[in-house]
Amino acid sequence: MAIQLIINGKTQSVDVPANMPLLWVLRDTLGMTGTKFGCGMALCGACTVHIDGEATRSCITPVSAVTGKKITTIEGLSPDRSHPVQRAWIEVDVPQCGYCQSGQIMSAASLLAQNPKPSDSEIDEAMKGNICRCGTYQRIRQAVHRAAELHQASANPSRLDGPHAAEEALDGQTVEAGGAA
Amino acid sequence: MSAGTTSGIDRRGFLKTGMAGAAGLVIGFYLPESSLHVAPVVMMLPASLNAWIRISTTNTVTIVIDKSEMGQGILTALCMIAAEELDCDWKKITTEFAPAAKEYFNPAFGMQGTGGSSSVRSSWDPMRKAGAAARDMLLQAAAAQWKVEKSTCRTENGMIYHDATKRSLTYGNVAVAAAKLPVPQDVPLKDPKKYRIIGKPTKRLDTTDKVNGRAQFGIDVQQGGMLYAVVARCPVFGGKVASFDATKAKAVPGVKTVIQISSGLAVIADNTWAAMQGRRALDVKWDEGPNANASSEGISKLFADQMSKPAAEARKEGDAATALSGASQKIEAVYEAPYLAHATMEPINCTADVTTDRVEVWAPTQFQTMAQGAAAKICGFKPENSFIHTTYLGGGFGRKAGTDFVIEAVETSKALGRPVKLTWSREDDTQHDYYRPASYAKLAGGIGADGWPVAWTTRVACSSIMEAWFPGSTKNNLDPTSVEGLANLPYSIPNIHVDYVRTEPGIPVGFWRSVGASQNGFFSECFMDELATAGKKDPYEFRRHLLDKAPRHLGVLELVAQKAGWDKPLPAGRYRGIAVLEAFQSFAAQVVEISVDRRARSVKVHRVVCAVDVGRVVNPANIVMQSESAIVYGLSSALYGEITIAKGRVVQTNFNTYPVLRIDAMPVVETYIVPSEEKPTGAGELAVPPVVPALCNAIFAATGKRIRRLPIRAEDLA
Repeated sequence: MAIQLIINGKTQSVDVPANMPLLWVLRDTLGMTGTKFGCGMALCGACTVHIDGEATRSCITPVSAVTGKKITTIEGLSPDRSHPVQRAWIEVDVPQCGYCQSGQIMSAASLLAQNPKPSDSEIDEAMKGNICRCGTYQRIRQAVHRAAELHQASANPSRLDGPHAAEEALDGQTVEAGGAA
Repeated sequence: MSAGTTSGIDRRGFLKTGMAGAAGLVIGFYLPESSLHVAPVVMMLPASLNAWIRISTTNTVTIVIDKSEMGQGILTALCMIAAEELDCDWKKITTEFAPAAKEYFNPAFGMQGTGGSSSVRSSWDPMRKAGAAARDMLLQAAAAQWKVEKSTCRTENGMIYHDATKRSLTYGNVAVAAAKLPVPQDVPLKDPKKYRIIGKPTKRLDTTDKVNGRAQFGIDVQQGGMLYAVVARCPVFGGKVASFDATKAKAVPGVKTVIQISSGLAVIADNTWAAMQGRRALDVKWDEGPNANASSEGISKLFADQMSKPAAEARKEGDAATALSGASQKIEAVYEAPYLAHATMEPINCTADVTTDRVEVWAPTQFQTMAQGAAAKICGFKPENSFIHTTYLGGGFGRKAGTDFVIEAVETSKALGRPVKLTWSREDDTQHDYYRPASYAKLAGGIGADGWPVAWTTRVACSSIMEAWFPGSTKNNLDPTSVEGLANLPYSIPNIHVDYVRTEPGIPVGFWRSVGASQNGFFSECFMDELATAGKKDPYEFRRHLLDKAPRHLGVLELVAQKAGWDKPLPAGRYRGIAVLEAFQSFAAQVVEISVDRRARSVKVHRVVCAVDVGRVVNPANIVMQSESAIVYGLSSALYGEITIAKGRVVQTNFNTYPVLRIDAMPVVETYIVPSEEKPTGAGELAVPPVVPALCNAIFAATGKRIRRLPIRAEDLA
């Protein structure tokens, strides 16, 4: 059946079964592979997208449940990696294999939208549904805090170091790594 | 940064041109992308080298990455090594994953592959030499254009300068001319004192593509006309299809067909979800074969029975039996470690396209040569008609060294005559892995009157990974991977005996991040703690005293003790344990700080301090990342990791029954690096083994109970 979806601000029509999970509509029907399959049971968070701003596991969300709702995927979080969470992730160099990071970033963005200055335990609570087998958790905590700072700075431009501070940091050849002796 | 796979045909054409001789390194200088159809200029370097560097007229330096990037940061490390000698502009580097070819064989394996923490170790010389040779050719070309002596020119950050005449050229300006020059032999390498990239904490080059969904993993590959497949496999290892009825499966909307392949039944559909639904609807009768009654209990008993069987000697020093019987104290213990799944975040997958004369494979593979050979064999093609496109790997940890998923995808595409993407579910991944071998060890130690050890013996029983993967590769029934972490015990104990009884319970085994050291490090470093307690010594001082002939072990041990504040008391309720191990020629020591809630029967890991010695460090930032990563991997195994067998099949299915560490259990991890000028060695696996015994030793400090069987159970904490 034809289903209307609003994905990253664009309305699209897909002809799929009503009970097909949003994850597979995104990945296989629409070729939007930024959203990842990890477990199929909402156990790992790799498939996290936003539905009307709310972090949602797309692997167990039937596509019929999201018609007319605003779906945001990692591809639509920002056009240019400028979302504070993406900037913080780059600055802190969070990803290793990177497979879970779309989901981590979507969960973190949703957290910050609801709680602009989360504590460590609030971060843990919001992010514990997202598994990372590379073990980047320590950096995720650090990057969420940094994203909160960047978000605050964006809201108050006079405090911003520059619109592309994160990209500039990335372009610099070397950075200080925490903990290295 | 380029994401994703090698661009098959152009790359291949280039490669063939450069492959006039066997095992040669090709340094090519490409024309701009738009004129790629023009035959590229290619040159050979001596056969002992094997890296690729291309420079476009627009100054883009493409470095071909011949190792699989699975999170361990090798892409960035290889670029750093090459760029150091090439002296190029770091911001102009782009990367591409290498096709399967002899040029890229890893000397550690005699084939192209990534594992055993061998990447930096094996690429250190070739990548430096490739960078230096290319730089020399660029200098020659510039000098010729200016009609000056090469020695009066210098390079800096992708530019060539002739200071006397204040002239300059970019690398891109002379790339084409340089490519026509003969390749210099034995260009001197940089004095490490002048390094400006190697040794500096450097950001990963793949991060930007990993924050917006652009990085292409195997599971993201899309080919025109592609169908989607999942496979129904016999749940019992070694079983096969007895009969099946595909009627109900084919009735699922989107399901195209069901075909039998060597591993089971491939359900083909126009999307992955439909294929999964079709598989659920499939009627299959399995012939469960000889393993139908296998159980974890039976396997444990089998191991115990093996303790009295003839064993293959792995190490013998002095006369351990006599020394044991004459010791003031004799300590004995049995340790057990379970099977473990790898649980990479990216489930196993492969995309294949078999046509009449070639097979293309897009895969998150760690072993390109094996994938190439497996695909070619199925199709009856020569390996050169088998094209392997390596993608980013969403975790590897040894699992993606396998060719099982490549074989499945190629067989399916061959049968259908169309491109097929074959995806494993999480349940498939958990239940059809090549597991870290379950292992059983009997240890004995003798303590002299002065409290120092006089004898150490270990007999270990487990499956042989090497015989499973490379039959006939071991000698005298001794698989070195089965005893690593035990046979290389670094302590000065006068009488040592370690032996191994190969035992095959019929469960598939494979390389799991840190391999044998993952379980043997638990055995040896927990038992060392038992001996320290028996000898009434501090666990740190006990080890320190006995490492008098192992300076690099001692270096990391002393550093970790200092950074952890071993000599200072802990706050009330906090306890700590220590361990030190070698893995893959690198060294790590850790102190784990915990608290135990004995009423709740739970343990909390607060802090892990890690000291490593990996020789000369290429990217300190990455060493820190890899230590954090390995510690989480090790903690997951110690706290939760267990694959059990019942009725010949794996009991665990998904992350609910095979839990892994989540952010709310993440301790603070601190990593410290011992400065070293030794040859660089790997860091991807190094920090896995020590964290398990250090944690168990901390639990002993808290509870007085030894953990001798993993994972740690609630009753161990009561």
